[in-house]
Amino acid sequence: MAERADIDHPLPYASWESRGYWEGAGRGEIVLQRNRATGFVQHKPRGVCMDTLSADDLEYFVAIGRGTVYTFTVTNQNQAAGFAEACPYVLAYVDLEEGPRLMTNIVGCEPDEVHIGMNVVADFVSQERDDDEAFAVPVFRPA
Amino acid sequence: MSESEAFPRNREAFPGNREAFPGNREAFPKSIAIAGVYEHPSRFSPDKTEFQIMAECARGALDDAGLHRDDIDGLFGASMSMGMMGIVDLAEYLNLKPDYIDGSNIGGSSFVSHVNHAAAAINAGMCEVALILYGSTAASNSVAIGTGMSGASRDPGAGFNGPYGMTTVGSYAMYAHRHMHLYGTTSEQLAEIAVTMRHHASLNPLAKMRTPITVDDVMSSRVISSPLHLLDCCIISDGGGAIIVTSHERARDLAKAPVRVLGCGEAVVHQEVGQPDMLTIAAKQSGARAMGMAGVSHSDLDLAMIYDSFTITVLATLENLGFCAPGEGGDFVSGGRIGLGGEIPVNPDGGGLSSNHPGMRGIFLVIEAVKQLRGECGERQVGGAQLALAHGTGGSLGDKHSGATLVLGTD
Repeated sequence: MAERADIDHPLPYASWESRGYWEGAGRGEIVLQRNRATGFVQHKPRGVCMDTLSADDLEYFVAIGRGTVYTFTVTNQNQAAGFAEACPYVLAYVDLEEGPRLMTNIVGCEPDEVHIGMNVVADFVSQERDDDEAFAVPVFRPA
Repeated sequence: MSESEAFPRNREAFPGNREAFPGNREAFPKSIAIAGVYEHPSRFSPDKTEFQIMAECARGALDDAGLHRDDIDGLFGASMSMGMMGIVDLAEYLNLKPDYIDGSNIGGSSFVSHVNHAAAAINAGMCEVALILYGSTAASNSVAIGTGMSGASRDPGAGFNGPYGMTTVGSYAMYAHRHMHLYGTTSEQLAEIAVTMRHHASLNPLAKMRTPITVDDVMSSRVISSPLHLLDCCIISDGGGAIIVTSHERARDLAKAPVRVLGCGEAVVHQEVGQPDMLTIAAKQSGARAMGMAGVSHSDLDLAMIYDSFTITVLATLENLGFCAPGEGGDFVSGGRIGLGGEIPVNPDGGGLSSNHPGMRGIFLVIEAVKQLRGECGERQVGGAQLALAHGTGGSLGDKHSGATLVLGTD
């Protein structure tokens, strides 16, 4: 059986609201936002707290980078470039210890070894790109 | 024990809310009705455009109602390709000058919500005869709706999912895995839904896939995105449809028996923050509102039209609408309960799994419900149908989605 290719992730592009997340990933960090007054943690990042709809007290922090698989699917068919060659690959939601749930890929094990509740840690895929952005794509592997 | 005892239809969760919503007469004092419908008979139309299909559907619904093009003063529509100002282009194509225009697009459920919006507009006196349209050439354009549309996007809002290869099937598959993990739901139970829809399609002369299938056929079809097999997925077709909504007063003088709009609701769900339970979908909110507004309970309903993009969509929607409790869906869809002659027949037309799925299916949920309530459905007719529910899902259950519910009834 032919060795399957790694996923060739589409390049992320950042707005000023999402830049903190993608630059954090480029440093090997999962960067989240929280309201320092209330402790409310949010993802996806945005210019306001989802709870108060205010930018007051909104700050970034670095998550510990650990979580559990909430659910997943082994993708056998996706015609999109970068994924077709990588099938079967695992698409998943991971619940971070800090609360938010991220869509991601589970790598570093066979697809049939992935299960709901599995402990996972963040890993970061660097990409070549023709602009000056130092981003990476967060994925997760078995802890 | 009878089937109705096994599944007591969750009356406590959905008591019908008669006091909060005293019914259609209060919310819509004018009383709203659907006066005309048309389902395009084609499933493959490489020689037609979307707008051409919509025009043929408009003609069909006008003839069905006994109305003229110039009677239309409200235009509602959405499609996979109509972008900004698409509804304006559609008005031009049809040579219409409506007083009320709504091109809102919340995914495949849009046309169910358009009935809601049209009812509100007519009740408010903003228009009197509303035309709702959909058309698509998804099949002849070879649009890979389920497995080819993920990938790069320069839209920063989409960027958090884009790198990971989420397909439409994959999103629903993640929902299915979670349901199986929590409740022990099986692939065989999901397959029962596909088998039932195919049986219904075998009774529908317009359906695209009419050869009966078995649970084994579904289980042995290839896995597209685990745990969903090929036959857990809807087909891709061309097609379109039209609905004409007006006041009951106007409708009763027209060609066909009016079908009353008794209740409506719509809702959105997203998976953004706070670890929401993925298994709670928009149908819970929109369904409770629609049924409360209509003042009906589950046992009153004669049939349900449930958006069946995938088998799991039907199971999830039935649970969230309260036909059974969370986790009971696997048993509920088995044993013929959702088939013709069963406790609550679902999608007598064969649904998106077997009849047609031209990208967005919401309009056909309403069209088939109206035809059933008029008794026009031949071999697939639900005998004596007086009350129907239609629920559309737009987007992806495992990601962001919308839901819109209607309760329709005979006079």
